[in-house]
Amino acid sequence: MAIEVRIPTILRSYTGGAKSVEAKGDSLAALVDDLDASHPGLKGRLVTEDGALHRFVNVYVNDEDVRFTGALETTLSDGDSVTILPAVAGGACRTVPPAAARR
Amino acid sequence: MPSGNLGSVLTIDQAIHDKIVAHARRDHPDEACGVVAGPAGTDRPTRFVPMLNAARSPTFYEFDSADLLALYREMDARDEEPAVIYHSHTATEAYPSRTDVTLAQEPAAHYVLVSTRDPDTVEFRSFRIVDGTVAEEPVRLVSPVGH
Repeated sequence: MAIEVRIPTILRSYTGGAKSVEAKGDSLAALVDDLDASHPGLKGRLVTEDGALHRFVNVYVNDEDVRFTGALETTLSDGDSVTILPAVAGGACRTVPPAAARR
Repeated sequence: MPSGNLGSVLTIDQAIHDKIVAHARRDHPDEACGVVAGPAGTDRPTRFVPMLNAARSPTFYEFDSADLLALYREMDARDEEPAVIYHSHTATEAYPSRTDVTLAQEPAAHYVLVSTRDPDTVEFRSFRIVDGTVAEEPVRLVSPVGH
């Protein structure tokens, strides 16, 4: 099983500069563990200590934001593609609101 | 004005500067946001891309996640990078907030802040935000030759 994972600039220090790596897993959670095994420390940038995806890291499986497909429980198949993109966000506020609904 | 790290400066077309300010005024009192893409590795912002603020808030902005994916795919296909990431503050100064600094995840980008707190004054400033450190940089407005 091979799944292509596109890595954003800010996480390429974990992949030796690679923009894209291969990993495997039947679920996104399993894939993240597999990524971390090959690229130690990467999991910590994607998943919080509570075991949820980071609020400001977007993960897409075949172009769909995994927030809408089961987050870490999203199932994966051979040939799927995963893209990781840090959110582009900010603002004057002191406390950060929860993720916006899909428009 | 301090020159920031390693003499960093934002060089940007007057026309694009004006589009960013106009976008911010148009979306006031909500924060406006967007990027100016440029050819990868050149540090030249050339293509103005205003984005929807999915948060639609006077104090917070966030690119819609589907829009974000489409934008990065498009930049990838065009061999571009986000040279400028801009947003506006609607009641406070054009300076990165703690939230701005915490959430900045494009270390090579110039983070442009516009403030629309005063309709009669243009506040347009640029910053580098790397590893949680903010450094203001000068803004050099240019006009294309022969236009």
